[in-house]
Amino acid sequence: MADLLRVEHLRKSYTSGRPWGRKPPPALNDVSVSVARGRTLGLVGESGSGKSTLGRCILGLTRPDSGAVIFDGVEVQALSGRALADFRRRVQPVFQDPFGSLDPRWSAGRSVRESLDCFGIGAPADRERRVLDLFDRVGLNPALAGRLPTHLSGGQRQRVGIAAALASEPELIIADEPVSALDMSVQAQILNLLMDLQKDLGVASVFISHDLGVVEHVSDEIAVMYRGEIVETGDTETVMTSPRHDYTRTLLAAIPRPRSSAPRRPPCPQPT
Amino acid sequence: MSVILSLDNVGVRFNTAGAAQPAPAVDGVSLQVHRGEIFGIVGESGSGKSTLANAVMDLLPANAAVSGSIRINDREVVGLDDEALRSMRGDEVSMIFQDPTASLDPTWPVGDQIAETIRAHYPVTARQAKARAIALMGEVGIADAAARYGDVPHRFSGGQRQRIVIAAALANNPQLLVADEPTTALDVTIQAQVLQLIDKLRRDHGTTVLLITHDLGVVSMICDRVGVMYGGKLLETATTEALFANPAHPYTRALFAANPAGAPRGARLPVIPAEWSVESLREAELLRAAIGAANG
Ligand SMILES: Nc1ncnc2c1ncn2[C@@H]1O[C@H](COP(=O)(O)OP(=O)(O)O)[C@@H](O)[C@H]1O
Ligand SMILES: Nc1ncnc2c1ncn2[C@@H]1O[C@H](COP(=O)(O)OP(=O)(O)O)[C@@H](O)[C@H]1O
Ligand SMILES: [Mg+2]
Ligand SMILES: [Mg+2]
Repeated sequence: MADLLRVEHLRKSYTSGRPWGRKPPPALNDVSVSVARGRTLGLVGESGSGKSTLGRCILGLTRPDSGAVIFDGVEVQALSGRALADFRRRVQPVFQDPFGSLDPRWSAGRSVRESLDCFGIGAPADRERRVLDLFDRVGLNPALAGRLPTHLSGGQRQRVGIAAALASEPELIIADEPVSALDMSVQAQILNLLMDLQKDLGVASVFISHDLGVVEHVSDEIAVMYRGEIVETGDTETVMTSPRHDYTRTLLAAIPRPRSSAPRRPPCPQPT
Repeated sequence: MSVILSLDNVGVRFNTAGAAQPAPAVDGVSLQVHRGEIFGIVGESGSGKSTLANAVMDLLPANAAVSGSIRINDREVVGLDDEALRSMRGDEVSMIFQDPTASLDPTWPVGDQIAETIRAHYPVTARQAKARAIALMGEVGIADAAARYGDVPHRFSGGQRQRIVIAAALANNPQLLVADEPTTALDVTIQAQVLQLIDKLRRDHGTTVLLITHDLGVVSMICDRVGVMYGGKLLETATTEALFANPAHPYTRALFAANPAGAPRGARLPVIPAEWSVESLREAELLRAAIGAANG
């Protein structure tokens, strides 16, 4: 099956801001990944490794210096006009805290409605009902439709963000740290929702997180980023059980893993 | 085993101007921390962990009312006067926070900041303080400590900055170190190193650590015993082994189940029932705010 998304040899350097400063290392250095239809690619790495830059390049929000993003067989950088609008409809972002992406003056319902209007989804008369369907889809109480983002909890805001992303019936979601700001109990609910979307709607996603424990849970494949490069990629099982790269092994060893048999240190010596 | 910190029925209420009194931030917490152990307090956001830590350190704002008893080395802290507190804080207890940047003056060499802390508590010469500061920087794992003494904070990485903050907190050989989410802002690989450092310090010096975290993984890596908080209450206290093998409280069990790192790959994660959900705890408050905004 042809890949839905192919990223080929992306390079991106940011200028350092200070002309006399040392040139920072590239944020992306020859990065290639691919995502098949309906599959989830987990992108993991420490902060500053280039995950968000890659996500933004795929979304067309950041221009790479060289290389190509190919969505459904077409190079994204070459798109304009209708084709570009169509690409934006088919590829949607979900961010860490949708506080940033939701307009603070708009109610939750309006944010989702704007998404429908923007992409011209459904007949205008039908859109109120669609908003409620989307609320239902992401597990939001319709009574919250009138609330402003500041009067929603973190988990509720993330559901609104996901509903707004789903409004355009995307084929690919780029989720950048979508659960990192959430409490553990809320994180579980949002992860369930994202897994349901993959199962029920067949949406593919690039799931970006610094947390390998979370990435492992939701991903079919994993790509490990380190200092702007993909140092390892493979299906989740293989990467988790037989990592080839040293950095992946460090990441695996450092992952705090609550287990019923927590690895114990020798008992602490009692001071005299 | 001797007890260094003893809490008996501790409650903290924040008095807010006007309107309804919110539920207490800390409610009826009793626990005992033994000398030389690492005691974890784990809970989701808003459960009262930081408020409890700040009550132990007497760092709460003026609108907080503390009830019950907090004893450090058998001395009551609640209601202690400022003078007595100041001497105790330096000599017996120290605290470190999540954000090392906020604990350091950005314009000042880090070595001088540590030396200053030393001189505030011990009658030593500037030269002796500097030597001790360099030794402490070495002890917390800053390579080439003497050469880095004069560097300002931004020349260090986040993990190194937290090490410097730990060095400053150790300047007076505290018996009790209160650490509020000390590794939450760090990458996992760095987090593991800082936790190892904290463990090494308690081994070398017998320092008791009260470690506040939202992360069960951190608990499993370093704590001897742990207390679980929800809605200001301490739900259960157990050794780390016992808690992980056999969590007693339904909330603790639900929290473990919600952790993807322990669950079969791709499986739906069991959802915490509404009566133990932090979101439903907050819902009343959010609804009040939403109605207030709509009316005014
Ligand atoms: N807009 C920007 N301007 C300059 N540098 C940037 C910008 N965005 C990211 N960077 C730098 O690029 C590198 C990769 O950052 P990022 O993609 O945000 O990594 P991650 O998401 O993995 O934390 C970092 O060194 C970061 O400082
Ligand atoms: N200075 C304050 N004034 C009023 N309420 C506060 C203050 N600090 C904390 N709270 C409230 O106390 C509760 C517990 O907060 P906190 O101790 O910070 O929890 P945690 O550290 O577990 O996230 C929360 O409901 C919070 O809103
Ligand atoms: Mg990022
Ligand atoms: Mg806190």
